[in-house]
Amino acid sequence: MDVSMTVNGSPRTDSIEPRLLLVHYLREVAGLTGTNIGCDTSSCGACTVLVDGESVKSCTMLAAQADGADITTIEGLADGERLHPMQEAFREHHGLQCGYCTPGMVMAAVSLLKEIPDPTEAQVREGLEGNLCRCTGYHNIVQAVLAAAKTPTGAVS
Amino acid sequence: MTAVEAPTGDRVVGTRLRRREDPALLTGEARYVADLQVPGTLHAAFVRSTAAHARIGRIDLAPATAMPGVVAAFTGADLQGEWAALPCAWPVTADMKNPAHLPLAVGTVNYVGDAVAVVLATSEYAARDAADAVVVEYDPLPAVVDVEDAASDRVVIHEELGTNVSYTWELTPDPAAVDAAFAGAAHTVSERYIQQRLIPSAMEPRGVLVVPQPFGGDFTVYSATQIPHILKVMLALTAGIDETRLRVVAPAVGGGFGSKLNVYAEEVAALVLARKLRAPIRWIEERTEGAQATIQGRGQVQYIDLAADADGRVTAVRVRLVADMGAYLQLVTPGIPLLGAFLYSGVYDVPAYSFRCTSVFTNKTPTDAYRGAGRPEATYAIERAMDALAAEVGVDPAEIRRRNFIAPEAFPYSSASGLVYDSGNFRGALDKCVDMAGYEQLRAEQARRRAEGAKVQLGIGVSSYFEMCGLAPSRVLASLNYSAGGWEAATVRVLPTGKVQVVTGTAPHGQGHETSWAMIVADRLGLSPDDVDVLHSDTAIAPYGMDTYGSRSLAVGGTAVYLATEKVLDKARSIAAHQLEVAEEDLEYARGAFNVRGTPDKSVPLAGVAFEAFTAHNLPDGMEPNLEASTHWDPPNFTFPFGTHIAVVEVDTETGAVKLARYVAVDDCGNQINPLIVEGQVHGGIVQGVAQALWEDAVYDADGNLLSASLMDYLVPSAAEVPSFETGSTVTPSPTNPMGVKGIGEAGTIGSAPAVVNAIVDALSPYGVHDITMPATPERVWKAIEHAQEARA
Repeated sequence: MDVSMTVNGSPRTDSIEPRLLLVHYLREVAGLTGTNIGCDTSSCGACTVLVDGESVKSCTMLAAQADGADITTIEGLADGERLHPMQEAFREHHGLQCGYCTPGMVMAAVSLLKEIPDPTEAQVREGLEGNLCRCTGYHNIVQAVLAAAKTPTGAVS
Repeated sequence: MTAVEAPTGDRVVGTRLRRREDPALLTGEARYVADLQVPGTLHAAFVRSTAAHARIGRIDLAPATAMPGVVAAFTGADLQGEWAALPCAWPVTADMKNPAHLPLAVGTVNYVGDAVAVVLATSEYAARDAADAVVVEYDPLPAVVDVEDAASDRVVIHEELGTNVSYTWELTPDPAAVDAAFAGAAHTVSERYIQQRLIPSAMEPRGVLVVPQPFGGDFTVYSATQIPHILKVMLALTAGIDETRLRVVAPAVGGGFGSKLNVYAEEVAALVLARKLRAPIRWIEERTEGAQATIQGRGQVQYIDLAADADGRVTAVRVRLVADMGAYLQLVTPGIPLLGAFLYSGVYDVPAYSFRCTSVFTNKTPTDAYRGAGRPEATYAIERAMDALAAEVGVDPAEIRRRNFIAPEAFPYSSASGLVYDSGNFRGALDKCVDMAGYEQLRAEQARRRAEGAKVQLGIGVSSYFEMCGLAPSRVLASLNYSAGGWEAATVRVLPTGKVQVVTGTAPHGQGHETSWAMIVADRLGLSPDDVDVLHSDTAIAPYGMDTYGSRSLAVGGTAVYLATEKVLDKARSIAAHQLEVAEEDLEYARGAFNVRGTPDKSVPLAGVAFEAFTAHNLPDGMEPNLEASTHWDPPNFTFPFGTHIAVVEVDTETGAVKLARYVAVDDCGNQINPLIVEGQVHGGIVQGVAQALWEDAVYDADGNLLSASLMDYLVPSAAEVPSFETGSTVTPSPTNPMGVKGIGEAGTIGSAPAVVNAIVDALSPYGVHDITMPATPERVWKAIEHAQEARA
């Protein structure tokens, strides 16, 4: 079957197997391997992307279901050479170590600030509940998200 | 105090430099194994045993090979002769029992997840579909799941061994002293603790891609591994491929925590199949598959006895361990209990010591190194037992520790277990942690809640840990029968343009070595870290290395980098003296240039020296061209990081729910290269230890089925379960290496589990609760309260 969607601003149409998951479509068909796969039960959030501006675990969705959607992956977040404020905040606050959960965590955090522009620490922790990190103990991720919320453009995806 | 002599006033070491690794990781540019795409790749999927112990009957591959996209399928019998058994590099005793562990099982399967067949297809989806279609008949045998049951040999798992006991290892330097201490003790405590099995759960599952060049005979192995160097040697031996034909690359690796410190069936199989089918072979682990196919951590039953005098000063420690090896011995499985064997007297001045470990096979996934590897287990036992002793003697947990600490002036300290501890100020770390926590106020709040019979009680848990890391002096490893050395290699070269290239034998997978090693070199050479590039994790670029595990990288690998830099500087000084026509003694090195003392206008920058070394037009007689030096550094001793952690928990006495309210940690890892990275390691370590205390548990049923095989059942905590941390440090440099560094990768995990459980037991001590088995689930906590109350009634 054919699907059409906009990925990081570029429209594309591909012929795919109907059962293809969105995450596999992004990684293998669109060649965007920044979105990682960390589990097989939609538990870890490593594959989080934005679908029409909302954060979605891209393993929970078929590519076919994203037909017509506007997708943003981690590759689409920076503005040219300039990192997105959330990416900058993660770097500034050492909110990543091995980096594997990071693309999904950053996308979830961007989405969180869109919903709650000035969250409390508890809101950040609750808001990122669906994204697991094994390296950082979350401390610096939370600091990064709170700091990003304080930057003028941090809450804008 | 710092041990590093800075060449200039512009220090790089000790600053919170942002990591250079981050931009690639933050933008999706980094490439993990699963991201690598090679045309013509065949995807492997493994058929795994659904029985914990069974004879393998008929295996029918035909339904799989008939499916679209399937290229081949093999059983273990089909591939016998293509490979040797998977390696175990740590035969801890001469008579250790080690069953043959083939990449695909032949004859019997010994745990759920044991691979029995492999399918290769042109896509990942096709391979997995086909693996599901393979029919395997099993003739069930009784499964042995409980480790103490296994030790009884009621059922013998590996018939050819005649017993489930792999080995017994004892360390009792002076048995009479131990007996005398217990005979004369005013107080004794005898405790039994269970170290449940843990699933390491690095966020990146394992994966391997082998790309052959069939006509040249070369193979490039890309693996999500912590040990590209060790893996290369082991793959050469196991697959029978000339080591010079193998190149192993660890690309971006998404965490390891010990689980990628191994030589796995899938790595050997992918290599052998690439050779056989003359095609690239790729295998990417699924999370649920990994819960069974990747090693698990811990898995011990611990018996610990303390003897103490009337004041609670410990006079002897006696430990008996039953350690769960699982079904087979993986790379360092049998050595894990030994990494803790010397440490059960903890940070205390204990004159008599006895340790014995019986290591036993069970029908479960093999165990092996998981963050801390032997040391969290040891620390848990002694720190829980110290709280039991405090209760027995009737003193505060902080006070019992103060009475027993090794004094700062006693270092280097020779322990009864035979180690020499490098340096320490255990009391200093505890006092600082107690201050930061507001210990007295916490005790007052606890007393208030107790007095009013509050539903939610407060618990305060203290844990004073230390660990042995910086693995390792090779001669010590030899005495423990470990089959490799513990040195580390480094090369530092100043390129013709003055930029610096560092080659390290460590294999970072989240630890930030590129940043830290660049800082070490830049600091010494008076350059910007941006001028220093760091190469690693590719055996074609870095042929020698012992890789990254056991908090060894900085203390051993970082030291090698430091020493190679010194060598480069020595050579550069000779060339500069020749260029400037002065004696070497007349030169001083500052801010990246050699200056003639007292003659400020006579100087040459390091880049100028490097270019001279490159052209070799005018070098001192007999000097080789180029500015490059290598070191292979073997440390003279381990390093011993330490600290005190205090956990504050709120326990709902009606539901058994435990909330980690605060966590205060003071860690001493000697001098710090980059405090930002140190803190990050501490945070992550704490959560893994807290998770062992409260949530994580690899639960098996009586038939050997892993019930917590997915992230829906195995409770890796999210941000919502843990608080922010209050961290501090003290700095006691190690005399073991020139930078005075110790290591911080495992400290948080080692200190935290006992702090949390001590806090829970502290909260419930008025109810008569003496112990809680990890993980302290609400059900367990609630039952502990109920049982203690019933026992009192």
